[in-house]
Amino acid sequence: MLSKLPPECRIGQRKLYYPYLCRNSNPEEMGQRPGQVIELEDVVIRFAGDSGDGMQLTGSLFSDAAAQEGNVFATFPDYPAEIRAPQGTVAGVSGYQVHIGSKPIHTSGDLADVLVAMNPASLKSNLKWTKKGGIIIVDTDAFNDKGFERAGYAKDPLESGELDGYRVIRAPITNLVRESVKDLGVDHKVAGKSRNMFALGMLYYLFNINMETTMSFFEKKFRSNPLIVEANRRVLTAGYDYADTIEVISNTFNVAPAPLNTGTYRNLTGNQATAWGFMAAAEKAGRQIFLGSYPITPATEILQELSYHKQFGVKVFQAEDEIAGITSAIGASYTGSIAVTTTSGPGLSLKSEAIGLAVMTELPLVIVDVQRGGPSTGLPTKSEQSDLLQALYGRNGEAPVIIIAAQSSGDCFYAAFEATKLSLEHMTPVILLTDGYLANGSEMFRIPSMKDMPAIHPPIAQANDPDYKPYLRDEEKLRRQWAVPGTEGLRHRVGGLEKWDITGHVSHDPLNHQRMCELREEKVNRVANFIPKQEVVGPEENDLLVVSWGGTRGVILEAVQQMQAEGKKVSMMHLRHIYPLPLNVEEILGRYKKIIVCELNLGQLVKYLKINFPQYKYHQLNKIQGLPFMVKELVDACNALLED
Amino acid sequence: MEGQIKTQPVQLTKDDFVSDQMVKWCPGCGDHAILHSVEKVFPELGIPKENFVVVSGIGCSSRFPYYMNTYGIHGIHGRAAAIASGVKISNPELSVWMITGDGDCMAIGGNHFIHVLRRNLDINILLFNNKIYGLTKGQYSPTTPMGSVTKTSPQGTIEHPFNPGELVIGAQGTFFARVLDTNPKMMTDIFMDAARHKGTSLVEVLQNCVIFNNKVHDLITNKATKDDNTIILEEGKPMIFGKDNDKGIRLNGLALEVVRLGENGITEKDLLVHDPDHSDTGIQMMIAGMTPPAFPMALGVIRRVKQVTYEVLLENQIAHARETSPIKNMDDLLRSGNTWSVE
Repeated sequence: MLSKLPPECRIGQRKLYYPYLCRNSNPEEMGQRPGQVIELEDVVIRFAGDSGDGMQLTGSLFSDAAAQEGNVFATFPDYPAEIRAPQGTVAGVSGYQVHIGSKPIHTSGDLADVLVAMNPASLKSNLKWTKKGGIIIVDTDAFNDKGFERAGYAKDPLESGELDGYRVIRAPITNLVRESVKDLGVDHKVAGKSRNMFALGMLYYLFNINMETTMSFFEKKFRSNPLIVEANRRVLTAGYDYADTIEVISNTFNVAPAPLNTGTYRNLTGNQATAWGFMAAAEKAGRQIFLGSYPITPATEILQELSYHKQFGVKVFQAEDEIAGITSAIGASYTGSIAVTTTSGPGLSLKSEAIGLAVMTELPLVIVDVQRGGPSTGLPTKSEQSDLLQALYGRNGEAPVIIIAAQSSGDCFYAAFEATKLSLEHMTPVILLTDGYLANGSEMFRIPSMKDMPAIHPPIAQANDPDYKPYLRDEEKLRRQWAVPGTEGLRHRVGGLEKWDITGHVSHDPLNHQRMCELREEKVNRVANFIPKQEVVGPEENDLLVVSWGGTRGVILEAVQQMQAEGKKVSMMHLRHIYPLPLNVEEILGRYKKIIVCELNLGQLVKYLKINFPQYKYHQLNKIQGLPFMVKELVDACNALLED
Repeated sequence: MEGQIKTQPVQLTKDDFVSDQMVKWCPGCGDHAILHSVEKVFPELGIPKENFVVVSGIGCSSRFPYYMNTYGIHGIHGRAAAIASGVKISNPELSVWMITGDGDCMAIGGNHFIHVLRRNLDINILLFNNKIYGLTKGQYSPTTPMGSVTKTSPQGTIEHPFNPGELVIGAQGTFFARVLDTNPKMMTDIFMDAARHKGTSLVEVLQNCVIFNNKVHDLITNKATKDDNTIILEEGKPMIFGKDNDKGIRLNGLALEVVRLGENGITEKDLLVHDPDHSDTGIQMMIAGMTPPAFPMALGVIRRVKQVTYEVLLENQIAHARETSPIKNMDDLLRSGNTWSVE
C-alpha cells in the first residue's frame, strides 16, 4: 500500500514524511499539495494506551462517528490479561483497532495506518502493528524518563531514529488538556482521564469526521454531571482545533461513504450479538431463556448482556462454577426453558461430562464456547480456533452434538439463533463456537426485522397424550418429544443411564445400547437435511480451494477477493456448519485441483476433513500465535501453492 | 406454557407416586424405609402430582427418582443441587426434591451443596448419610469417622469428617433437620416440615448401609443404647433425654454440657429450651455438632428460619423490569441506542 516513500519535510531536527494511506493515489502528487483532502478507500487506526486510558471507548466512539458518516467499519480490541498492570509498562497496554472503509470490509485490518500512542509503552508494543510510513500521534508529555524506564526504552524513541520513516505528530496532550479545562475547576485526575478525547478530536480533524455523535454521547453518558460533559466537549474540541492549527498536518483525509444496502444499522460486538441472537430465538419460540454460566474471558459479556434483559423474562443464573452452569441449564431444559450455557475452552473441558448427560437425556441445550488461546489457561485474551476437536470429540462415550461456528461478529446473532432453533427442533445439544476475535470485535450490523426471522417449533408433548413415550421418536428427525414438568399425564424420568428405546426405562441390554447409540448419532446426522447447502465464493471449479471455518471468514474473504482481482484461480469454501457438514461438501472438495485448509490452530479442521473425506489431499496453513491471520500471509501461502 | 392443564389437585394417595420400576436396593437397606416415607408425604402436600420433580446425582440414593412416579432427573455425580436449581428457577411452581448421599453431596458435589443453601432456593434436600461409599463398594466418605477401616483406608482414615449440619448452618442454610431411617413416623413428620419450609430445607437421614457399613449408627438406633445417645428436639421444650428422661443439655459458659436432673440442684429450668426459629446460629450449630457418646445425637428440626427465597427475588426483579423497561420486544431492542439509516 505504501510502496513509495514521499518527499520529506523537516520539523525541527527530525526527518518526517508525508503519509500515503490511499491505495489508489499517486503519492508524489498528493504529498506536494498541502491542505489537500486526500480520498482514501479505507484506513486502519490503532488506539493504544495504558489499560486505564480509555482506549476501548475512544476506538468505539471513533467507529460510531465514522458510521454516521456512512463508512463501514470493523473493530477489534487488543487488551491485556491483567486488568490494570503497572502503569506505563508494556504489560498494561490496551489497544483498539478500527478499520473504516468506503467499500465492504471484512476485518479490523492488518497493520495500522495511524497509531495513537498515549505513552512510550504503547508505542513500544504497537509499533510492529503500524505500517511503515504511517502516522504516529504521541502525547509528548508522557514521553519522559520515567515513561521510558517503565516501557524499557534505553533512550527516547522519538529521538533515537527508530521512528524514521514514520510521520510522527508530537502533541503535548496532557498539558493542552489541562489548559483547556483549567477554568472549569476540574482537578488534574479528571483532566487526565480525558486525554483520550483530545487524541480523538485530532483524529476527527484528520479524517474530516463530524464530532456531533461523540458530543451527544457525552451528554447521554454524563447526564448527571454537566461539568464532565463540558470538560469532555472542550477537550475534544481542543484536540480538533489543535490538529487544525499545527502545521505538521498539511493535509487531511476522507473516507467516502460506502454503498450499503438500505436499512437501519448499529454497532454490535460478537458477544452482544450472541446474547441478542438467543433472545430473538426465545421470542420466536415463545419460551423463556435460562442461562447458567460462570464468568470466563472472553465469554463473560454474553452472561453480562443477558443479565440486563429481565424485561424479556430472561433468567440468568450466575453459577458457582462451570459445571453448575451447564447442569443448572440441563435442569432448566428439562423444565421447558431455552437452556444456554456460555464459556471458553477451559470451561468447555469442565462441562464435558454434563454435555454427555444432555446427549443421553436428549434435551435441547446450547453451549457457547468463545474460543481463546489454549491449552490450559493459555492466552485468555487472545483468539484461537483450537477447540474444534474438543467440541467434536471431547466427551466420554459416543456423544455427537451439533456444531456451528459463527463467522463474523454480526453473524454471532444469526448463529446463536440457528443454534437455538436446531437444538429445540431436533432435541439435542448444540455447541456454538465463536472466538475472542469475534466476541470482542464489532462491526456494522444491519438490523433485521423479527417478522423475517424463521419460526421455531419445538416438539412439545401434549397433556394426557395416551401415546406419549419418553423416547418415542418422529420419523423425520428422530427426535423425542419434550414433556415439560407440570404437564398432566406425562410424568417420566430421564437420566444419564442408558435408556430403553421408546420407553426410556433404564437398560443395560447390549443390543439396545448399540441401537440407541446409532439412533442418537443418526438424529444429529439428519440435521444435515435442515441446514443450508455449502456455498463457494468464486468459480465452482478452480485451481485452488481455500477452506476455512468460523471466525476467520473476513480475512480469508479479503485475501481471496484480492487474489481473484489479480486473476488468480482461487475459490473459497468457508464452513459455518461443522457437524453435521452440509451434504455437498464432499462433492465441492472434488472440484478443485488443490485444497488448502487455513486455521488458527495446528490443523484441527483438516484432521476432521481427512477422516470424513480421505480421498483428497489437503495442504495446510496454520497459525497459532493468538493473532488473527493477515491478508498477506494468506495470499503468500496461496500463491506459493498456485506456483508450485 | 402450552400443553399444560391446570386442575385442582384431586385427593392423592401413596399409589399415585409408586413407580412401576423394580426397586433394586439391597434387601435391608435403609433406603427402602425412606422411599416409603416420601411416598406417604407427597400425597399429603396438596400439590398436583405433575408438579413434583425428583432430582438426584449418582450413588445408591440417587436411584431414587426411578422409584417415584413423578417427573424426575437422575443426573451426574455431585450435580443434583445445580440441576435442581435450574428446575426450580425455570418453574418456581414445581415442588423440587433432591435426593443425595454423603459422597454425592459433600465430596464431589460439595461446591453445589454450599451454594444452593446460601441462595435459599425452595428445594427439599434429603441427604442419606451412611458414612460410606456404597455404589463403589466400600470406600470412606467425607462423613466416615476418623480412624475407620475401609477399602481405601486399611490402616484407618486420617481425615476429619464433615458434620452435615454444621456445613448447612455454616453455609447460611435456613432449614436443617436430622432423622433416623429406623423411625418412619419421625421421617414422615420431618419431611412434611421440610416440604412446608419456604427455602432450601436439608434433612440428614442417618441411613444404614447393610452391606458396607452395617450398624454404623448402631449406638443411636439400638434399643439398648439409643435413648441415652439421642435427643429428640421439640420446639419450645427443655432439652431432656435419656432412658429415664433424667438427663438434659444446658449451656455452661460458651459450651454445651450434659447434666443430670436433680443432681446439684439442677432442674428443667436450667436446661436449654429448643428454638429452631432463632436467627442466631450459635446454639443451633452446637446442637448440630453434638456427637455420641459424649453428647446425645440431636434428632428433629435443629434450624428453621424464615428468609426470602432466590426464586421469589428473581421473579420480583423480572416483574419490575417488565413493568418499567421501555423495551418490550426484540424489535425495540434491536433499534435501541445508537443506530443509523441508509436510504
